[in-house]
Amino acid sequence: MNMIRKFTLAATAALALTSGQAIAAGAEIEVTDYAFSFEGPFGRFDQMQLQRGLQVYTEVCAACHGLEYLSFRNLSDAGGPAMPEDQVFAYAEFYEVFDQALFDGEGDFRPATPADRFPASNLANAPDLTLMAKARAGFEGPYGTGLAQLFRGMGGAEYIASLLTGYHDEPECALDGEPMDGYYNVAFAAGGFPESCIDEKGYHMVPGSWINMAPPLYGDDLDYADGSPTDVESVSMDVAAFLMWTAEPKMMARQQAGLTGVVFLSILSVLLYLTNKRLWAPYKNKKK
Amino acid sequence: MAGIPHDHYEPKSNGEKWLHKRLPIVGLMYDTLMLPTPRNLNWMWIWGIVLVFTLVLQIITGIVLVMHYVPHVDMAFASVEHIMRDVNGGHMIRYFHMNGASLFFVAVYAHMFRSLYYGSYKAPREVTWIIGMLMYLLMMGTAFMGYVLPWGQMSFHGTAVITGLFGAIPFIGESVQTWLLGASAVGQPALNRFFSLHYLLPFILLGLTIVHVWAFHTTGNNNPTGVEVRRTSKEDAEKDTLPFWPYFVIKDLFALAVILVVFMAIVGFMPNYLGHPDNYIPANPLATPSHIVPEWYFLPFYAILRAFDGDVWLVIAVQWITFGIVDAKFFGVLAMFGAIVVMALAPWLDTSTVRSGRYRPMFKYWFWLLVIDFFVLMWAGAMPAEGIYPYIALVGSVYWFAYFLVILPLLGVIEKPLTPPATIEEDYNAHYAPKSDGAPVANPAE
Repeated sequence: MNMIRKFTLAATAALALTSGQAIAAGAEIEVTDYAFSFEGPFGRFDQMQLQRGLQVYTEVCAACHGLEYLSFRNLSDAGGPAMPEDQVFAYAEFYEVFDQALFDGEGDFRPATPADRFPASNLANAPDLTLMAKARAGFEGPYGTGLAQLFRGMGGAEYIASLLTGYHDEPECALDGEPMDGYYNVAFAAGGFPESCIDEKGYHMVPGSWINMAPPLYGDDLDYADGSPTDVESVSMDVAAFLMWTAEPKMMARQQAGLTGVVFLSILSVLLYLTNKRLWAPYKNKKK
Repeated sequence: MAGIPHDHYEPKSNGEKWLHKRLPIVGLMYDTLMLPTPRNLNWMWIWGIVLVFTLVLQIITGIVLVMHYVPHVDMAFASVEHIMRDVNGGHMIRYFHMNGASLFFVAVYAHMFRSLYYGSYKAPREVTWIIGMLMYLLMMGTAFMGYVLPWGQMSFHGTAVITGLFGAIPFIGESVQTWLLGASAVGQPALNRFFSLHYLLPFILLGLTIVHVWAFHTTGNNNPTGVEVRRTSKEDAEKDTLPFWPYFVIKDLFALAVILVVFMAIVGFMPNYLGHPDNYIPANPLATPSHIVPEWYFLPFYAILRAFDGDVWLVIAVQWITFGIVDAKFFGVLAMFGAIVVMALAPWLDTSTVRSGRYRPMFKYWFWLLVIDFFVLMWAGAMPAEGIYPYIALVGSVYWFAYFLVILPLLGVIEKPLTPPATIEEDYNAHYAPKSDGAPVANPAE
């Protein structure tokens, strides 16, 4: 099922203009190239997977993280989870939103409707997740051109799934030094890193860094109505797919438009080629 | 229009005569469309049409985007997401606009290197070249300010870096930077004025396009031989040329359609390929991205900017001579702008009597080295400024300057050029045999 291929992304810190303090922070991370249904020019979101991902988001992520750019009504969009409208109504009512118009302009909380947006993050250090799948490093191969993105997707969903499955026991080098805050994660680059895991040349001896977020999934954290597997990897992929959709809800419409455009412009090109050939024919006798 | 002799518009009906006496606009359009164009133009002469198309595309998509965008630091990012999610077709319009900027620069670089190879910048087309360079500068300014508007992380910190370049000017730098930003740091005043200018500059670009076209319609197109169209008589001129409509319009439209197939595929299937993921994170002044890179089309000049750091002996020497007024940072800024200035001066630096690179055996190699240099600089600009990359960027930058300041002037003296064909007709007939009954009969001007 998964074309799992481990590879590392070098997240190098470069200081462009503020010369003098260019520190080489060669943090390497491990991202697994999961095979998602929406990759490639003809990729499509798996509607059931998006609905499962919504469930994971609701039951696990939403405790801290928000989706502030997503409206509840989007959940019934074609090309997305495509939930029936009455379900969306019922789902939205779970959330409370602040409405300035209530209570004679003083504002009050009321249950959300499909017209409202998801709430923002509850915690200051829990980033909003709406665009996370587009805001994380894409694939850079081959030869740093990034052209592989055409077939393997942007890489953001892979990053999210890898992060959720990337919690490991602390490496041995970390046990020597001072205890670190947070949790060791091989897919996370931006966190704290113990001195004892950096070699003489300044290179990191282990991938990843220490992340503040506690491991959110332990396996069998929830029950799916459709009986899909609930191991950590499956659940991570479901929520990663859902977050790819929240980041790019019009992806399927866009690919459709792209295909139509490519086909029609190709036909136009052929017609213009033939027109041009005939137009120039009186002036272009091939030399014998 | 002066220049190549050709038929002009003759009003026939009374209505046409009435209008022509008062406003000769039909005649102007006729002369523009029927411009005698060298018949040997190759496929590198299609980029002008692509550029005009892209400018119009950017203006139209831009006007629609402005209807939904909010230039406010707290709302800009959300308003772009509103366009992507709630506006009808908004996601396509925005992706067209975003990738349209890249199409613009692909076309402009191809256009510029074509001019550099075939000597299109040389007399009598210097004014066309200079206007073109002005347009290129305006394009860069417009593209940069457009990238600021979504107010993502790269927008914000890129602005800080680029306006910081002006801060490197000795004595007045800090004041200039504050004046540009409207504040001491990047914020609401900067966003507002960049938005205003991002809307204004494309229309100046449109005006300059007309002047650019006017200039080369006066001198006539250059062509792959670099030989001028004969102006001795209308008959001679017609042997060298064909009217722009329909021969070159259809040819250019065919090329445009092929290019748009690729463009459409990028917009449809990988619209974020040329962007940076960090710009999908709302701007946060307190968190600097680990790796600030400009868009790909700025990278060659960004590499030149970074190449001259404080370790280069030339920089140290200049710093010493100027009593530290020109420090490494300012030197880099001067080098970056200088790289464009020396290119603009090409008409006066190139001493060769032969226009087209096709007949210049030594020039050819130096030219292609410049093209390779351009891509090497682009690559070096994307790499972190550590390890071997600054050296590669330095070698690339030195060659860029050497090409214009040393190689172009010297080649004209030491190179023995081949003899170009006497006429365009001769060159054309070397590829295509003339009709057995002499000159082609079709004359669409009649």
